[in-house]
Amino acid sequence: MATKLKPTGDTGRKEIDSVVIRFAGDSGDGMQLTGTQFTQSTALMGNDLATFPDFPAEIRAPAGTTYGVSAFQINFASFDIMTPGDQPDVLVAMNPAALKVHLRDLTLGGTVIVNTGAFSDRNLQKAGYAANPLEDGTLEPYRALLIDISKLTLAAVEGTGVNQKEALRAKNLWTLGLLCWMYDRDRQPTIEWLKTRFAKQPDIADANIAALNAGHAYGETAELPSEISTYIVPKADVAPGTYRAVTGTESAAWGLLVGAKKAGLKLFFGSYPITPASPLLHILSNLRQYGVVTFQAEDEISAVCSALGASYAGAIGITSSSGPGIALKTEAIGLAFIAELPLVIVNSQRGGPSTGLPTKTEQSDLYQAVFGRNADSPLPVVASCTPGDCFDTAIEAVRLAVKYMTPVMFLTDGYLANAAEPWLIPNVDDYAEFPVEFATKVEGFHPYLRDEKTLARSWAVPGTPGLEHRIGGIEKSYDTGNISYEPDNHHKMTKVRAQKVLNIADDIPLQTVSEGKETGKLAVVGWGSTFGAIEQAVRRCRTAGLEVSHIHIRHIWPLPRNLGDLLAGFDKVLVPEMNNGQLVTLLRAQYLVPAEGLNQISGLPFKVSDLEREIRARLED
Amino acid sequence: MNVQSPPEKLKPADYASDQEVRWCPGCGDYAIVKGVQRTMAEMQADPAKTVFISGIGCAARFPYYMATYGFHTIHGRAPAIATGVKLTNPELDVWVIGGDGDMLSIGGNHTMHVVRRNIDLQVLLFNNEIYGLTKGQASPTSKVGTRSPSTPMGSVDAPVSACNFVLGCNGRFVARVVDTDQKLMPDVLIRAKAHKGTSFVEILQNCIVYNDGVYSGFTEKNNSADGQVKCEHGKPLIFGKDGNKGLRMKPGKMEIEVVTIGEDGVTEGDILVHDETNRPLAQLLSAMQPPHFPVAMGVIFCDPAATSYEEAVYEQIAKAAEASPPGELNALLRRGRTWTVDA
Repeated sequence: MATKLKPTGDTGRKEIDSVVIRFAGDSGDGMQLTGTQFTQSTALMGNDLATFPDFPAEIRAPAGTTYGVSAFQINFASFDIMTPGDQPDVLVAMNPAALKVHLRDLTLGGTVIVNTGAFSDRNLQKAGYAANPLEDGTLEPYRALLIDISKLTLAAVEGTGVNQKEALRAKNLWTLGLLCWMYDRDRQPTIEWLKTRFAKQPDIADANIAALNAGHAYGETAELPSEISTYIVPKADVAPGTYRAVTGTESAAWGLLVGAKKAGLKLFFGSYPITPASPLLHILSNLRQYGVVTFQAEDEISAVCSALGASYAGAIGITSSSGPGIALKTEAIGLAFIAELPLVIVNSQRGGPSTGLPTKTEQSDLYQAVFGRNADSPLPVVASCTPGDCFDTAIEAVRLAVKYMTPVMFLTDGYLANAAEPWLIPNVDDYAEFPVEFATKVEGFHPYLRDEKTLARSWAVPGTPGLEHRIGGIEKSYDTGNISYEPDNHHKMTKVRAQKVLNIADDIPLQTVSEGKETGKLAVVGWGSTFGAIEQAVRRCRTAGLEVSHIHIRHIWPLPRNLGDLLAGFDKVLVPEMNNGQLVTLLRAQYLVPAEGLNQISGLPFKVSDLEREIRARLED
Repeated sequence: MNVQSPPEKLKPADYASDQEVRWCPGCGDYAIVKGVQRTMAEMQADPAKTVFISGIGCAARFPYYMATYGFHTIHGRAPAIATGVKLTNPELDVWVIGGDGDMLSIGGNHTMHVVRRNIDLQVLLFNNEIYGLTKGQASPTSKVGTRSPSTPMGSVDAPVSACNFVLGCNGRFVARVVDTDQKLMPDVLIRAKAHKGTSFVEILQNCIVYNDGVYSGFTEKNNSADGQVKCEHGKPLIFGKDGNKGLRMKPGKMEIEVVTIGEDGVTEGDILVHDETNRPLAQLLSAMQPPHFPVAMGVIFCDPAATSYEEAVYEQIAKAAEASPPGELNALLRRGRTWTVDA
């Protein structure tokens, strides 16, 4: 990313409008923690930011290996940014393996900070280096800052009473201190965090704080090469209000809770641990004071079944998983569909199929969400586009589930779940209530009485006197709710259930164009977490005078009423997806438009520059 | 829908739904539904607060025939669905119904976990040692050598003992009864209902079409007295048509033997007294097989825990609310580090 450099008199700091930093090290080096703390400080400085944690599937892969490298990228700026950045301007490499994996991404002329203390012959060998890259000219195209961080950290923590192993572990804090100096970040939030985190191990807290301060002091006092500068990234010009940094998992958890409150229902969350969905279970498990019931089930099937049982008993049952787990839940989702009970299924998508790439992101479960059940069983599907947007999407999922008495698929992904962004904290009171009214009237009741407008069936919960009834997975009579094997009845019920879901199209906003005009040469159509990258690419192309628009779809099923007409207004439709072409198939099938897929299945988010190049290519034809 | 007028005493028939029962004529399930309805009347259970949850199979049609709340779900998953129901509304009285295929094969995992969690449910397993609804294949409780459409030369896999399995899962209430034993069934079901925690009842049920007579060696009029022993807490384990057979521990061994009082110097004082809180004893009693041993019936094991699962969950919820009062949701969203951008 281009950075404008200009010296700012007093401080000797150069003012730049944005920078991308990537922290990379061994899984055990604490890179995620370093990145998270740097993010917190940056958010408090008033910059706009986006982050991208990228870590291996193994908890502790063998130390020093390339596949054990863990990284955290942050892009922060004085303007509105939407992605974690294509290429880092600064790379922190804590060991040879980190350098080996990530140096190729660094912009030419970018800064690389290397912990030389980890460049032993053995580590070089483990990383697959035949020669020491610090000595053979590998770093020549970059501005390299070679520091024995290990040694300096050990010296810094001397006297705090921690052993050698604990002392060495503080080197990530030393590095954080140096970066805080370079980019003028406040260390105080990190110091406070360390004191709380290690309240019971004050020696460890002291060691980490000492390392943090030492890294900062090193920047202030060491005579660094003249090409290494210190910078100021001014505050971003963003909407006024109260902000916080939020990950998609946090905002989804809060959105589900707010949704339940808006519906006036107890929140029941049944889940089974799976990457990258587990943190949702953790966060909700810490909200018990709000009456949230969380249940760690014995398997994915029990997780969804317990949630369905909860809905049957009058709560909003919610279950969460990632693709392989959703597959296991499928039969129960079918039961929820035919029993016409509300249920929210959160899918934090990851690379697949099967175990695939558990810690990498992908959006390849759209088919599964829209089509992935036996028989005719369409479900509403909603997808969030940014970490903060998971809040709104979660509320919408709950609303649709209870209003239409149906399971709803809520798609997020590994990137949204883990990435953080500044979030203008909404006022919960601004969201409309949608209180559920359970059936209580005995006269004329049967469980499949339908609301004339929505076609939703009546919801009578156990405990209601006089409304005792039986439901289940066997087809029910449209007229009585009792078991029915009548051929015409099954035809009618299948149609009614599908129509009920289609009716939701009247209850969601019409499709808008998020960037550009409503007709033109090229529409770039996306969904989910690719929003930021596509939006930025389209904006850049439009700034360059290209006639391109961005359409972002939030309601995947049913699709907005006007989408077909909207797409017909463009000569070309390009659908970038982090899968092998799924939304594009749906759009082609629904609207017979010649939509073209643009597919990246690398487990990594799109780069803005790649999208920009592809858009230009379509317009040059 | 039947409208209840509470002051009037409900009769067994008041617990029967208006749906035509569709089991095969002579099926043991008829007797069970009758026994359950009779039990409901005896307890004067509130139909509005009673829920029957079933999986798939012949047994799983059960809820349709009860004038209570009912949910006929999917194969093997009734315990998991019932868990969600009970955790959402602990006021409900939740009964789980399934067969041997449902609860020990496809849903064996859920049976294990519902039992070990000890959530307050009554789990009734109708064991007929065969798959009925899918037309007669061998089940996980079929004896070795069972000839069926899927095992034409006889099954070669060893069966699981339902009661022993549940005891192994740390089950705290284990009972067994024969479908036709209408005298014992209400007693056992009332005890199951009274037990706080997961109560597991194995009901030996005759499948008249695919496995007729599988239990006839100890359930007929002429052999039941010799073929069964009724477990009653604090009473000697005596059985037999002459009331002179009994169980005792083989001296010096962890092994039960059948003895006759009055023979070989055996007196009533030698007979094992049933202790329903003794898990190793329950394992030995549950494992007894004909023809060398009587089949143990009644409450084999009952050792309630201080709290059931859902009680513990709600205790934590109350404790959490006390420790940090929930307050406004807006406050939750603003907890931790925030910053303000001025207009």
